[in-house]
Amino acid sequence: MSAAPTIRFDDVTLAYRRHPVVHHLSGAFEPGSFTAVVGPNGAGKSTLLKAIVGALRIDDGRIRIEGIDRRDIAYLPQQNELDRAFPMQVLDLVALGLWRRIGPFRRVAGTDLDRAADALRAVGLEGFERRTIGTLSGGQMQRALFARMLLQDAKVLLLDEPFTAIDSRTTSDLLDLVHRWHGEGRTVVAVLHDLEIVRHEIPNTLLLAREPIAWGRTAEALSAANLLRARQMSEAFAEDAPVCDRGAA
Amino acid sequence: MTLSEFLFEPFATYGFMRRALVGCMALSIGSVPLGVLLIIRRMSLMGDAMAHAILPGAAVAFLFAGLSLWAMTIGGVVAGLTVALLAGLVSRVTPLREDASFAAFYLISLGLGVLLVSTRGSNVDLMHVLFGTVLALDDASILLIAVVTTLTVIILAIVYRLLVAECFNPGFLRAVGGAGRTVHLVFLTLVVLNLVSGFQALGTLMVVGIMMLPAAAARFWSETIPGQFVAGVLFGIVSSIAGLLASYHAHLPSSPAIILGAGAVYALSVLVGPRGSILSETLRLPHLQR
Repeated sequence: MSAAPTIRFDDVTLAYRRHPVVHHLSGAFEPGSFTAVVGPNGAGKSTLLKAIVGALRIDDGRIRIEGIDRRDIAYLPQQNELDRAFPMQVLDLVALGLWRRIGPFRRVAGTDLDRAADALRAVGLEGFERRTIGTLSGGQMQRALFARMLLQDAKVLLLDEPFTAIDSRTTSDLLDLVHRWHGEGRTVVAVLHDLEIVRHEIPNTLLLAREPIAWGRTAEALSAANLLRARQMSEAFAEDAPVCDRGAA
Repeated sequence: MTLSEFLFEPFATYGFMRRALVGCMALSIGSVPLGVLLIIRRMSLMGDAMAHAILPGAAVAFLFAGLSLWAMTIGGVVAGLTVALLAGLVSRVTPLREDASFAAFYLISLGLGVLLVSTRGSNVDLMHVLFGTVLALDDASILLIAVVTTLTVIILAIVYRLLVAECFNPGFLRAVGGAGRTVHLVFLTLVVLNLVSGFQALGTLMVVGIMMLPAAAARFWSETIPGQFVAGVLFGIVSSIAGLLASYHAHLPSSPAIILGAGAVYALSVLVGPRGSILSETLRLPHLQR
């Protein structure tokens, strides 16, 4: 195994349609860490994940990805980015997780499909192989996407609101899976809204409100003072501020 | 008249009918799968826009070189790809969506094309470009269609997995390092090539019909992409045969007859196709009760 994978931020500023949404972020997701990214709507949480996987230009500063090829980071986007009417079978969706190994041209062997079926079983979707994705419920779709991540076998996993609009049974099943990944030494970063889950399940937290408010042990990061400050930050922020005024809040 | 006379005699007797049939069948095999993919991408109107975009290129070539197949083909391909690239560029660097920027550029292109044709050519020439010459396909036209169809089928087979992944989840493909943008460009190029080769046979406006109507009908017969390819190509071929026969026996213009044939298949599919048609939705199994 090469150097342990680390994602490091050096004074990173990210803009969405030229409006800066994440300001002056410095720090790192350390190898093997499990971090929740928490903050009000529009705080730049999804933007941050998109920047890590390279889907977004970095305005200022640097994101350094060490010890891992950026393409080997598994990224779970928010569910509404997928077209559920697409004529695709569940097994094919899951098998996309093997892309880095099979690529666009190599043959898909029987063992590959077996692995995809195993992944489906692991997320509780046995027997759904030939169903089209349009017939899945929201929770089943999320299970299928987790099966795809399982096949990606990534050392770093980025999850954007994985449990939003998902029932509690599915959430707890999928959370178990995430804990298993963490236990296997993988680095996990999850954007979450449910503070109860974060407090009880996730060791580290990055509290983001355009600027990083706190980053560290969850209990300390989610202190009442920090949460209050996050709320004030997001309210005080002028939507069209042309310059970055660090003293604003 | 016996049934076999009705069905086979026109093709057995007349070379131009056989040529038209071969041309339309080849066109169906190449362009219907592209139509299926356009529909899945929610770009159904793109074929229409592109067909209009091709016009000025063909018109310019027509003005300089007369009715030269190769000149008009190159002109059409250049115009179509220019519009596709400009529209793609605008949608990437501005908030305007791809469909809107396509609409803008194809309208500009169409205006230019109509202007060019009307300043120099007569109306007869314009009709010729717009409505095709399916009953007068020469060797060169058939060769062009055959080459484009062959290329299309081979290239589709090669990039199929990339193309489907890019259609379904471009963000995922980008994250795992797939060549999404390249394959999208290859796809658009194939669409333009098929439209250009098809407008020799059916005309700019009609070629979109053979690309999209069988593809839209196929959606009511299969829930997988390969299944829709097969169903759509069959529908395209059946529509071509039916349209040519109707035009022969009833003395109708052939291109609209073929498109209306495809329209009839589409209407039938919407009504009684096994997947999601009006009939299959109303005949849903009743809620089982004891």
